[in-house]
Amino acid sequence: MTVAAITVPTVTHALSQDENLVEKVSVRNLDFFYGDHRALKSISVPLYHGKVTAFIGPSGCGKSTLLRVLNRMYDLYPNQRATGHVTLDNANILSTSQDLNLLRAKVGMVFQKPTPFPMTIFENVAFGIRLYEKMSKSELEDRVRHALERAALWDEVKDKLGANGLSLSGGQQQRLCIARTVAVRPEVILFDEPCSALDPISTAKIEELIDDLKDDYTIAIVTHNMQQAARVSDFTAFMYLGELVEFGETTRIFTTPSDRRTQDYITGRFG
Amino acid sequence: MNSFSPLYAKRRRRNAITMGLAYGATGLGLTWLVIILGVLMWEGVSGLSWAVFTEMTPPPGSAGGLLNPIAGSLVMTVIAVLIGTPLGILAGTYMAEYGRFDKLTTVVRFINDILLSAPSIVIGLFIYEVMVAQMGHFSGWAGAVSLAVIVVPVVVRTTEDMLILVPDSLREAAASIGLPRSLMIQRVAYRAARAGMITGVLLAVARISGETAPLLFTALNNQFWSLNLNAPVSSLPVVIFQFALSPYKDWQSLAWTGALIITFAVLALSIVARILAAPRKSS
Repeated sequence: MTVAAITVPTVTHALSQDENLVEKVSVRNLDFFYGDHRALKSISVPLYHGKVTAFIGPSGCGKSTLLRVLNRMYDLYPNQRATGHVTLDNANILSTSQDLNLLRAKVGMVFQKPTPFPMTIFENVAFGIRLYEKMSKSELEDRVRHALERAALWDEVKDKLGANGLSLSGGQQQRLCIARTVAVRPEVILFDEPCSALDPISTAKIEELIDDLKDDYTIAIVTHNMQQAARVSDFTAFMYLGELVEFGETTRIFTTPSDRRTQDYITGRFG
Repeated sequence: MNSFSPLYAKRRRRNAITMGLAYGATGLGLTWLVIILGVLMWEGVSGLSWAVFTEMTPPPGSAGGLLNPIAGSLVMTVIAVLIGTPLGILAGTYMAEYGRFDKLTTVVRFINDILLSAPSIVIGLFIYEVMVAQMGHFSGWAGAVSLAVIVVPVVVRTTEDMLILVPDSLREAAASIGLPRSLMIQRVAYRAARAGMITGVLLAVARISGETAPLLFTALNNQFWSLNLNAPVSSLPVVIFQFALSPYKDWQSLAWTGALIITFAVLALSIVARILAAPRKSS
């Protein structure tokens, strides 16, 4: 495989001079296939550490597919394959020697529908921690508490950690899932339309949370909601029909998009 | 209210007819069930006594109980479940979790469905050939194995069905925190499917506790107290079969009592299972 012709769409230079952007995840010439159907067409995009990158575009444009490549979730299913280069800290995660469980411990994911495990609130969070680390009970309790605090859920559940995770409301369940993800200490967190099943108040809480989390992680979020992309992200990638049309700073994409299709989409002319 | 359009009126009529038919079918099904249980109670309760559970099956004309068939049935059922459940759960797990997209799974599912509906007398004959004929005598082991052969497909089926009902989003969530598949199955999928899987095992127990044909060819029967599994072992269904067909009034009465015991044992088991399998309330 060649890494030739790295075609990252132009990143605004003013910004890169202000701060040192660290490219945590790099996608280069990524193609993705569902059987024979080519769902992603030579995508190249960076994800920067400490930044939120939003992926927007009409349904079926491939944004969720792209997210599912980043933790190789697609590997759970047959007849799905990715070609090209995706690196995390300069290591190619598409290589067959990549340990998927270790990768996924580093690249966490929060899904569209809240998916608490059928166990207690405490166990939901502790489960992932125990997988990779041995620790005393009190240490574990601290970690669980910390994760729940990070997910802004602690105050609501501290008196009922033994309750079933499924007994929480939808918005709380989603924050529990975020706590569960954070607890494993990932470096990258992928949000796949995390608010599309939530009411506006829960949505606001999740968005606030993403903003809180971003300093410590590399965050990617797929969303159908353009206001959400504008609110939470630093960078935005617009995708259309499996192609990455435009990538850049969110403020620029939403004010002066350079591609006609981006302009049409964000002004609501299609999608 | 007279503004119904003809189309709407027709739809209402059709709805009424369909509902009537559905109620009728439910009623018909329930009627037979109630009659069966009613007759069973009527005929069976009169024979219930302490002696039923403490004494051996009697020769015609003398007093006795059903202790040896009850014990025999219990032992063979337990062994059959111990053999059949792990096999069934492992196979069902393979089909739902590891080999869901494999051709092998389609083949296994097809064969399993055949096994599921295979006449139990065929299973009895099969075990007769491979165990009884080889060992040279009827035995409790052969009885237990033939019951296990009935347990396996039931458990395979329910395990697979229940695991498939576990949403993929839960599997993905488990994978997303780096959970290996084997742990995901044990800790997440089994837990989510627990109620259904337990129900499957109990369905299998219910199914084998009434099976007569396979035991006739394998465990046969035993007039006396014996839990020696290398010898013929008595069982409730076989005793009911034998006693109910006999011309003796007291044997017939014991057969009714035995039927009542099986029925209520299965009922009690189902109730216990429902309680056990019910989702736990917050503590």
